[in-house]
Amino acid sequence: MSKQIFFDSKNDLSFKPKRFLGKTVIYLILIFWAIICLFPIYWTVTTTFKAAPDVMKGNLVPWWDFKPKWLGLKSLGLSPDRIFVESTVREEFLKRFWNSMFAAVGSSTLAVLLGSCTAYGLSRFKYRFGFMRNSDISFFFLSQLILPPVVLALPFLVLYKELALLDTRVGLIALYTLTVLPIVIWIMKDQFSSIPTELEEAALVDGLSIWGAFLTIIMPIALPGMVAAFIISLVLTWNEYFFAALLTSSHAKTLPVMVASQTGSQGISWWSMAALSLAAILPLIIIAIILERYIIKGMAAGAVK
Amino acid sequence: MSSTETDYLHIVTQDRISPRRRDLGRVMIWGSAAILFVLIVIQSLDQFSSLDFGFTTWRPTLYAYFFWATCLCWAQVILHGEQGKRRLFILPAVLFVISMVIFPLIFALGIAFSSWNLSSPDGRQFNGFDNAREMWTDPFYWNALKNMVWYILAIIPEYIIAFCLAVLLNAQIKARKFFRVAFLMPLMLSPVAVSWMIGKSMLEIRFGPISRLARTLGWDNPSFFGSDEIARFMIMVMDAWTFIPFMMIMILAGLQAIPKELHEAAEVDGAPPWKKFWEITFPLMLPVSITAILIRIIFKLKLADIIINVTSGGPGGATDSVTSFIYREYRDRSNVGYGTFLAIVYLVLIVIFMTFLIKMAERWSKPRY
Repeated sequence: MSKQIFFDSKNDLSFKPKRFLGKTVIYLILIFWAIICLFPIYWTVTTTFKAAPDVMKGNLVPWWDFKPKWLGLKSLGLSPDRIFVESTVREEFLKRFWNSMFAAVGSSTLAVLLGSCTAYGLSRFKYRFGFMRNSDISFFFLSQLILPPVVLALPFLVLYKELALLDTRVGLIALYTLTVLPIVIWIMKDQFSSIPTELEEAALVDGLSIWGAFLTIIMPIALPGMVAAFIISLVLTWNEYFFAALLTSSHAKTLPVMVASQTGSQGISWWSMAALSLAAILPLIIIAIILERYIIKGMAAGAVK
Repeated sequence: MSSTETDYLHIVTQDRISPRRRDLGRVMIWGSAAILFVLIVIQSLDQFSSLDFGFTTWRPTLYAYFFWATCLCWAQVILHGEQGKRRLFILPAVLFVISMVIFPLIFALGIAFSSWNLSSPDGRQFNGFDNAREMWTDPFYWNALKNMVWYILAIIPEYIIAFCLAVLLNAQIKARKFFRVAFLMPLMLSPVAVSWMIGKSMLEIRFGPISRLARTLGWDNPSFFGSDEIARFMIMVMDAWTFIPFMMIMILAGLQAIPKELHEAAEVDGAPPWKKFWEITFPLMLPVSITAILIRIIFKLKLADIIINVTSGGPGGATDSVTSFIYREYRDRSNVGYGTFLAIVYLVLIVIFMTFLIKMAERWSKPRY
């Protein structure tokens, strides 16, 4: 054994109650807020499996103070004993679910395609459109974000009636695309301006056309940004209620409208409402857990310039 | 629209566009425009005069519009070659936004000055400024506007909470990913589902867990939507709950972009943590904070879903936002004309307010020396 040469400073060895206390307080606050964020979800999930007496007694922990039952899923026709049996409730639910899915995925895809092209054009070329320059055109697109949906809702109600687009998925997709387009353009502009123009210049010298360079060189590089924009659009369109409530009635009704129409009726049982709410939030919870970093990337796009 | 010589991306192109090709391009644009125009005339005649061509909807005009838009985009390439291909990047989105925003807005202006009840057979009747007079004496609309001021002011505490959470998340902690996902969760949830989950079940007076908690804490008869102030406060809380993660993440991104050297330098200089925060972190975070708050205000101005589903404006309009009020105006009385007028007034107010805010924000976020 050789003699120890290096010693920890006395300062580092001493136990620091203040520092320890600070850490504890930080963790306590974080855990407290995590409970605030997650408890409503936990409550909804457990209520799906509660019978009426369990709800009234305020039981919270499954298997410990109440026995989980399939009540909530049964009311949607999705419990193990109902899943292979014909069920009108399930069909209704699935129809709404697919409507929401189509509207959200369709409009997000469309918005990402349109928005990426626009953002790319605005970040690479200088346009002149009457008195409008690039910055004005960007502002024109971004200013759509300010437009409250209520201004468009009633004119669209009348217009869609004339165009026979009321209560159709296509009509809903067109409107949703409009609402998320500014956000997509914002995120994608940020993304494209971080890609050096030398890349395209090299590709153009090698004989690609500008669209060829965009599609084969730039798009793959900008893919993370596109995923971020797509997911944020998906969150906004999947949850959209206002337009859907006004413009759809029976055929194209989406899941949020179905949830809302059920809350209105008094006699509805808690477990079925909980199951329905759970179905409305579950897809995005899964997406949030898996693709969290893209969501954060997308939202941070505007923050750090 | 044309690209000038000084693009950010420098390309030298040679385009020899023959006169024949140019003519083809012009024919495409004007030919399709003529088809669109003729269809509009025929359909208008069908709609507004005694002539009948057997149209039931305006779909044919819509298709003609699509055809014209496609021709316009295509003709850009034919007419201008390389320059046209560049225009193709933004032209579809421009056409889309113009047809989906500008046209309906002009249409909305037309509706706003008329009395139009969709359920009555009379149809639309121009009534000049009657809607304005009705609005002037409508206490509920002014009340809704006043509520919007309260809702906007609620952003200040939201911002403070979001900032604190972001600072905590930015500290040296374990399981940061778990906390980030957990804190992000409320933003993912549909406001309609939230209004059931929290507004209708957790705040339920008899069995809701929050009511139970309130009773154990000594509030004997908790009622969350009984009195005006508490109801409004509960709506604010629910809306804050869903949107705090949004501000938190923007601020977190800003915090992570602050170079570590600044903090180290301050530490070397012996600055206490509190001073470090006020003199370094906060000023550096000002631009991000202002962006986050501006976006939050924009989203707040659209607040409606939770109100419609939890209180539907009650008690007595105390929780009404402008959007939810107009929504009910339409749902209950299907008065499209009056509702649109209120919406347009709201839009004008928003535009003035936001322009003012953005101008102020520009002034504040400029560094002062």
